[in-house]
This record gives sequence, structure tokens and C-alpha cells, in this order.
Amino acid sequence: MFVIPFVFFYGAFLILPAIQVAYLSLTNSDIAGLGHFVGLSNYIELIHDQDFWASVGHTIYFVVLTVVPNTAVGFLLALLVVRLRRLRLTVLSAFFLPYVLPVSVVTTSALWLLDANFGIVSYLIGSSTAWFADPTWAMPGVAIVTIWWTVGFNMLLFIAGLQNIPVDLYEAAALDGANGTQRFLRITCPLIWPVTSLVLVLQLILQFKIFDQVYLLTLGGPYNSTVVVLLYMYQKAFQQGRGGYAAAVAIALVVIITVVSVLQFRLLRLGKSK
Amino acid sequence: MTRRRFSILGLTCTALTLLLAAIWLFPLYWIFVTAFKGETQTIAVPPTLVPAPPDLQAFGYVFQNSPIFRWYLNTVLVGAVVTFCSILFSLMCGYALSRLEFKGKWLIYWALLVGFMLPFGAVAIPLFMLMNKLNLVNSYAGVILPQIATPLSVIVFKRFFDEVPRDFRDAALIDGASDLRILFRIYLPINWSITWALTIVTFIATWNNFFWPFIITNATPMLTIPVGMTTVQSAYGIYFAKTSAIAVLASIPTAAAYILFQKRVTQGVTAAAGLK
Repeated sequence: MFVIPFVFFYGAFLILPAIQVAYLSLTNSDIAGLGHFVGLSNYIELIHDQDFWASVGHTIYFVVLTVVPNTAVGFLLALLVVRLRRLRLTVLSAFFLPYVLPVSVVTTSALWLLDANFGIVSYLIGSSTAWFADPTWAMPGVAIVTIWWTVGFNMLLFIAGLQNIPVDLYEAAALDGANGTQRFLRITCPLIWPVTSLVLVLQLILQFKIFDQVYLLTLGGPYNSTVVVLLYMYQKAFQQGRGGYAAAVAIALVVIITVVSVLQFRLLRLGKSK
Repeated sequence: MTRRRFSILGLTCTALTLLLAAIWLFPLYWIFVTAFKGETQTIAVPPTLVPAPPDLQAFGYVFQNSPIFRWYLNTVLVGAVVTFCSILFSLMCGYALSRLEFKGKWLIYWALLVGFMLPFGAVAIPLFMLMNKLNLVNSYAGVILPQIATPLSVIVFKRFFDEVPRDFRDAALIDGASDLRILFRIYLPINWSITWALTIVTFIATWNNFFWPFIITNATPMLTIPVGMTTVQSAYGIYFAKTSAIAVLASIPTAAAYILFQKRVTQGVTAAAGLK
């Protein structure tokens, strides 16, 4: 059967663990093996766990700082790139190149450029802010690095969407005397909306899973101000050995992502029907 | 008059675009030139835009003092095995979903949907425990196995196979060809370009993957480059030339793959997002 290899790997290494994590969250397992069944006590502890709620707050803050800006910047860059002719592919690759690099290269560049003492950014703007050690700037810093790294992906989707808009529409509108602004608002914006909502949905799910950049840039600091949910889960599971409790954190994240996605889906459909 | 104003506006836009592109590339340029500076030159004030003279000390140090060759080998091996298996299995599963009727098809669709919503991080704990039980922590198998199933590729192949006229398969079946033969002799060659595109994108994604290798390996000889380079960085401290040199080395394969196959990468990425 053709589906067996895929189904085997998918089932064994994604679906089955997904079921296991739900069961684990009802036990007091450590990270090496199964513990005892403890009912809902992990969840009861979770509800009263201020550090957990703080991590949810930090994650939401990061989501707010990235989802809409990353979409908007991607759209703007797409508009700028798509009107180029000979330079289009070169400029496109300049914006997309960071996206194909490993996250650790991206964070290394960020840490070097934004270094408080020797970084070129500090030199150019004459500041000595230690971006990733400053409670005010750490999370926005991570967000800016994330946008620099991933906006090329959004831009690419918008370019594909813009190229799918028939040129006749613009020509017809121009003949009818519509000016540039009108054409943009009445043709480009509505016809690009399906791509916009796709990008927003992908971004929202993706940014809730933030871990790598935070781990590499701030390690959750300063003063735990950038501990996001997955990092909290990682700390509980792999540093404190509380597998069961960390599983409950993971389940909570899945619930949050599901709820927010459903809400967003409803909201975007509202936007479309308008 | 309007025409002239329009072209001035156009020129300004182009200039702005180029400026933005330069800003976007600057951090990568900066890492690149820093790698060719001596450590004292990296912290010179004012900063030097071009290393004069270029200094290969940082690279020499990295080659001698970190298992970078081993990490390269690990990452190439993991990338090659994951990419090969992932594309092969996705081709087969995509073909089955597109062309074959069988029990439990709905279950696969349903499972694929779940996979999109599920953060991989959430399954990391049971997955780690499973690998621990199988004695696969710090092994190639441990790194590779969970990365093989890539639901997005399955969906892309299914969509592309849906576009192939059904007569092709019917005619081949009458001639006595098996489905395996039909897939590799007809469906694959017709969709060669998207297959190649997904192959490159999968390889880049696997090369760059941080989270899972970071969880499942901690023994220095078993690390992949993205994880390994972070371990030496903490050891190097603020030696910027050395950390930049290792970052440059870690970037070469994926950056080269993108620059060489820009069109294919673009095609693969947009197809995976469900756009043409």
C-alpha cells in the first residue's frame, strides 16, 4: 500500500505522541519514564501558576509584535518588488535570503550587530542599549529580528497573489478614469485579501510556537521577561524534569492556538463578507 | 506633465526599494566581512567596512578548535536521508490520496489537518521519552525519524497529481502497468519541476531545523551545524570574528542552494502555502 510509509512515520512520530502528551499531562511523570496517574492536579496547579500565565502573556505580546507587522511589511515589500522589471529577481532574493538561513546564524548576526559595546548599530545610532538584556527592548528586539528573518516568506506569497491579479482589470479601470489610489483600493486590496488572510492565519499559528529565537537571543531573560510558553515547557520538562506538568503546559498551548485560530478564522470571514 | 511626475515617483520608489534591499542584506554582509577580520579589527572604532587586509585566522581557529567537519557531515547526512525519504513517501501518499480508493482515506485527511494545528513542540516530550526508551537519544536515527513525515509535501503532490488527466492512468492500467510503475514513469516525470522544488525546500528546512536536533542531541559529535554552532559561541564569548566565521560556514549550503535554484525555491515555497 502506497500510504503505509508516510502513515507509519506520521502516526508513530506525530499522532501517537500527540495522544501520549494528553495522557502524560494527567500523570506525575519525569522525563525518563511514565509516572503515576494524578488526575487533573497538573491542570489545577497550572491555573494557579503565575509563571505560566506570565509566559502566556509574553507569548501574546510577541504575537502582537509580529503577526500584523510581519504581514504588513511583507505586503509593502511585495508591492515594491513587483513593480520592478530587470532588478526584480535580484531584489526579491535580497529580501528572501535571510529566510533560508538557520535560526542560529540569524541570532548570531543580531547579537553581533546589536551588541551594546561593539555592535555597528550601537555605533551608528550612538546608543549603548543592551537590546537583549533590557526588559523594555528584549521582546521588541526578538520581534524585529524575527521580522527581518521571515518577512521574505510573506512577501513571496503576496507577490504570487499580486501576479495572479489580471492586468486587464487595471487597464479597464484606467480607461474608466480611476487614478492610482483608486485602483489600489478597489482592485489590489480586495483581490489580494485571500492571500492576506492566508498569511495572517499562518503567521498566527507560527508565532504562537515561538521558541528558537527567544532561546538563542535572550534565554528567557532579562528577569524572565521573555519566557514564552514553549520555553516554559522546555524548562519544566528538560531542566526540572517535570514531564507530566510540562505536558499540561503543552496541552494548554494547543488549546490556546486552537481557540485563537478559530476566533481569527471567524474574524477574517467577517472581513471578507464586508 | 503627468507622465513626467509619474516617472519621478517611480524612480523614487525604485531607489527606496534598492535602499531597503541594501539594509536587508547588510547584517549578512557584516557577518561575512567580520569573519575575515582579525579579532582586534572587529572592535575597532570607527568600524571598518572592508577587512584590510583579509584575515583567515578566524576560519583557521574554527577548523582547529571545533568539530565543524563532523557537524557538516552530520547535517548533510540528516538532510539527505530526511529529504529522500520525505519526498519518496510523500509522492506515494500523494498519489494514493489523488488516484486510489481505499478504506480509511478520510482518516488520513483528518490526521493531516490535526498535524497543521499541532505545534511540534507539544509532542517533543513524549517523543523524547520514546527515543529514550529506544536508546536513540544522541543517534542519527533519533534525529532523522521524526522529521521524515512532511504533511505539506503530501498535500502539494496530491494537488499536482489531481491535475494530471485520469486517462493517463486508465490507459496505463489497461496496458498492464502497476500503480508503482505509473507513479514513477508517468506522474513523477510530468511533475518533475515541483518534485525538484520540494526536494530543495525540504533539504533547506531540514538543514536549518533547530528545535528537534537541539532536544534529542547533546553529545558534541552528534550535533547538527545549527545546534553545534551555538555551543561554541558560548565558549568563544565575545570573539566576534570566530563566531562570524562559523556562522558563514553554517550558511553556505542553504544560501548556495537558494541562489542557484532561486526559481525552484520560490515555486516550492508558494506551492507549499497553497498558492500557484
